Amino acid sequence: MTEALILPTTRDEAWRYSDVAALEGMDLSTFDDWRDIEVPAGESFRDVIAITDENTGPDETVLHRLRVRLGEGARCELFGLIAAGRLGRVEVVVTLARGSHFELGGVTVGGRETTREFVTRMAHEEPEATSNQTVRSVHWGKGTGNFLGRIDVVRNAQKTDAAQSFKGLLLEKGASVNSVPQLEIFADDVKCAHGAAIGQLDESARFYMASRGLSPDLSRRLLVQAFIGDAFVALDDEEQREALMQAALDKLDRHL
Amino acid sequence: MLKIENLHAEIDGKPILKGLTLEVQPGEVHAIMGPNGAGKSTLAYVLGGRPGYEVTDGSVTFGGKDLLDLEPHERAAAGLFLGFQYPVEIPGVSNVQFLREALNAQREERGEEKLTGGEFLKLAKEKAGLLKLDMDMLKRHVNVGFSGGEKKRAEMVQMGILDPQFAVLDETDSGLDIDALRVVGDGINAIMRQPDKGVLLITHYQRLLEVVKPDKVSILSDGRIVRTGGPELAMQLEEEGYDRVMETA
Repeated sequence: MTEALILPTTRDEAWRYSDVAALEGMDLSTFDDWRDIEVPAGESFRDVIAITDENTGPDETVLHRLRVRLGEGARCELFGLIAAGRLGRVEVVVTLARGSHFELGGVTVGGRETTREFVTRMAHEEPEATSNQTVRSVHWGKGTGNFLGRIDVVRNAQKTDAAQSFKGLLLEKGASVNSVPQLEIFADDVKCAHGAAIGQLDESARFYMASRGLSPDLSRRLLVQAFIGDAFVALDDEEQREALMQAALDKLDRHL
Repeated sequence: MLKIENLHAEIDGKPILKGLTLEVQPGEVHAIMGPNGAGKSTLAYVLGGRPGYEVTDGSVTFGGKDLLDLEPHERAAAGLFLGFQYPVEIPGVSNVQFLREALNAQREERGEEKLTGGEFLKLAKEKAGLLKLDMDMLKRHVNVGFSGGEKKRAEMVQMGILDPQFAVLDETDSGLDIDALRVVGDGINAIMRQPDKGVLLITHYQRLLEVVKPDKVSILSDGRIVRTGGPELAMQLEEEGYDRVMETA
């Protein structure tokens, strides 16, 4: 299958806030390189993707493209941390059959001139499927974090419940985050919720914490930990959850 | 142990404290009373080192150190505790984690050994019991969903755990019903009524002072201490009001 004839540009909706210059010189076949995940009816699948300094160089571009097909009543959980590379991108296309569930917990962290993004598309093609996506982005320097989330609900996919939550935390002037929720709903008995909020660290909380003895570094670490924690709450493997949190916070400690 | 001399402070260029002088000795509970807008909370925040509160003149010495030279978290490690009138909510951070990190950060700054998780929980349980606060509350996020009374009780549990040398308590009695007032007052007595500790108790009303008996009472008005006396001064204020008492100052 050949899809890509030219490299993506920012005119492509799904690459609008990306760092397309980081794609230069890449083999076009990379963009046809999808990882297919089939979860049969009634079964569960979970994967964790961590783009960190341990597996990715500072100037690298890393693309993960996943195509998930969920059978009836199947469940897929995907947790991701994008914390390294010049451009780190996790793209997920999910097709949901009746009564299936897809869960995404994603975190982007980064400074310098980096771009880290989650791009998702939920295709609710049958009734009673649910999807829940939680993405948290923490950036500094000239770092950018993006969440582009598209939800398609076809005409007969009644009782669909699709939720999307994005929050961005900007630690320094010059950093940015972008959230693009895109909902196309053709059924009339569905719940589709999306929320986006962007802010800075709560200075009154930081003073409160300082008054109890926490240095500025410690209070920032605790607040960021609380902030990104939302994205990994649904990951019930404590070891994996701790590892992701640790990797994200270490990034912050090393570069701020 | 706390010596404030000719303290001037402003917020956004507006002078609030205008030459405040006050001294608290070890073993002393010193109540500060005063009408709205007198500068009571500003005094508390200046002592705590809140950003935006600029000291333009004067000095504050705490245990022989220049307090104003220390960062807020260093003041805490030096033994200062600031009880907030409006304790801040911190979603996502549990009381237990917050206080353990805070206590250990203070201990580290003082060159003391950190407490293990078990040692900390034992301490927290003891202090929560003292303030009749359910341990389950301490597992919840800092002040999130707490009622006004619970927040103040939690402040006192924090104080008990951190065990400061000196506490500045900013209207700790506001928002408390009579029963909670007694619990909080008893807590202050139990934690801070010691020969080597001191308290600056900022309050509007006489009520708390019936439980926590002050050694001295000062009236703060328009950024200055206008009168200092014994506990009877608080009584007189309650009966006659600020205007009359200050007239005779």
